[in-house]
Amino acid sequence: MNNKEYKKYVQNKATKSNLAVDCVNAFWTGGTICLIGEVLNKLYTPLGLGVKNTSGLVSVTLIFLAVLLTGLNVFDNIAKFAGAGTLVPITGFANAVASPAIDTKAEGFVLGVGAKIFTIAGPVILYGTVASVIYGLVLYIVNLFTPVL
Amino acid sequence: MSIIELKSAPAIEYAYSVVGKRESEGPIGKKFDFVDKSDKFKMDTWEKAESEMQRIAFDGVLTRSGYNISDIGAIFAGDLLNQCTGSAYGLAGFDAPYFGLYGACSTCAESLILSSLMVDSDKLPRAAAVCSSHNCSAERQFRFPLEYGGQRTPTAQWTVTGAAAFIVGKKSGFHPRITAVLPGTVVDKGITDISNMGAAMAPAAVNTLTQYFNESGEEPEDFDAIITGDLGYEGSKILVDFMKNNGYDISRNHYDCGLIIYDRERQDMHAGGSGCGCSGIVLASHYLEKLKNLDVKRILFMATGAMMSPSSLLQGLSIPGIGHLLKIEMLSK
Repeated sequence: MNNKEYKKYVQNKATKSNLAVDCVNAFWTGGTICLIGEVLNKLYTPLGLGVKNTSGLVSVTLIFLAVLLTGLNVFDNIAKFAGAGTLVPITGFANAVASPAIDTKAEGFVLGVGAKIFTIAGPVILYGTVASVIYGLVLYIVNLFTPVL
Repeated sequence: MSIIELKSAPAIEYAYSVVGKRESEGPIGKKFDFVDKSDKFKMDTWEKAESEMQRIAFDGVLTRSGYNISDIGAIFAGDLLNQCTGSAYGLAGFDAPYFGLYGACSTCAESLILSSLMVDSDKLPRAAAVCSSHNCSAERQFRFPLEYGGQRTPTAQWTVTGAAAFIVGKKSGFHPRITAVLPGTVVDKGITDISNMGAAMAPAAVNTLTQYFNESGEEPEDFDAIITGDLGYEGSKILVDFMKNNGYDISRNHYDCGLIIYDRERQDMHAGGSGCGCSGIVLASHYLEKLKNLDVKRILFMATGAMMSPSSLLQGLSIPGIGHLLKIEMLSK
C-alpha cells in the first residue's frame, strides 16, 4: 500500500465527528451569545450613549466575559461543546488573545506574553488590516471616477 | 536490524509510577505509586512539574530498590519537551551517568532496550530507564494554549500526565525478564494530521511486529498479551487490520496502553491516551503486577512514537513513526 492509498484507507477508517450534532450545538450556543448581546444592547440603550457607543459597549462586555471565563478555566469547557458557537462571535477572538497571554506568563512579560499573545489571533489581525488597506485603496480609486452628486 | 536475544535475560527489578488527576481516575487509577491531583507537583510551571514527576519517579524506584545511586551504571531517560529538558532538569540532582533520549512516545521501550542491552553485555551492572510526559507541557509545545477554546477531533489522543522509572539488572530469582529486543526503524507513510497520531504510528508498529514474527518463527498465540504503547483506538484498528493481512491474527490478545489508561467514554478521551508516560506507567503498574501475579507470563511490549516537531508540522512534513519491541517473560534465573 503506497502513501496515497494509506492516507485514503486511514480517512475511511477514522471515526468521524457528528456534523449534525456539532452544527445544532454551534447554532444554539452561538445564538445564545448573540441573544445576550441583544439583551445588553437593550439594557445599555437607556444610558443615551448613541447607537455607536452602545454597540461598542456591548462588544466590550462580551469580550470581558469571554476573557474572564478564560481566566477561570471555564471557557475551554464551554467551547469544547459549542465549537463554532463560541469561536465565531467576538468571544472566540477574545479567548484566542487571552489564552496565550495566560499560557506564556511563565516566559516573562516581554518575550512571553508580549511576543506570544497574538500567536493565534495574529494572522487575523495582520491580514484583516491588510485587507482593509486594500479595500480603502479600491474605495479611493472608485471614488476618483465617481462624479460627486 | 534483527531480533537481539538477551542471553542473560536482564530483570526489570523495580519500577515506580507517578501520575496526575485524570490517570488516577482511570480504570487502573489505583495501581499507581504516586498521585498528584493538582497535576502541578508543587511547581509553578508545567515544564517544572514534568521534571518533578521524573525526579519523584526515579527517587521512588531508587528508594524501593534499596540501591545507592552509585549502584546505577547509567540512566536512560527521555520526554517530549524540546531538547529533553524534562529529563535533564528532573534527573540533574542524581550522581549517575545520564543519556537523554528522544523517541517521542516510544521512549519507554527505547530506554528499556538500551538499559537491557547494556546490562546483558555486562557493560553496566544495572541501568535505569525513565520516561515522562505531561499533558499541559505537551499541549503548550505541540498544540494550543491550555485555555484556548478549540474542539478536538474524535481521532485525537490525550497526552498522559505520568512518569515511570525502571531499574534493569541481573538480580537472581523469579522476575519479569527481558529476553529479546527488536529496535524499530523509522517508517513514514505520509500522514500529516497531528490529530490522528495512531494512524501515523501504526505502520511502524506493523513493520516491527511483522518482522518479529517472521524472524522468530513465533505466533501471536505464543503470547499472553501483545501490548502496544499508545496507538489508541484509531491506530489499534489499523494495526490489527494490517497484521491480519500479513498473516498474523492479533485481534484476540492485542492490548493498547492508550486504551487501558483511560475510560474513553466516561472520561471523554476521544481515541485514548498517548505520550511517553502512557506506555511507561501502564507497564510499570498494570503489566508488571500482572506478570508478578502470573496473570500473564509472556508478553510482547512495543511502544510506538510519532516523531514530529511543531516546526515540521507547520512546514507540512508528514509524521515519521517508530515502534520498539521487547519480549518480557516471567522467568527464574
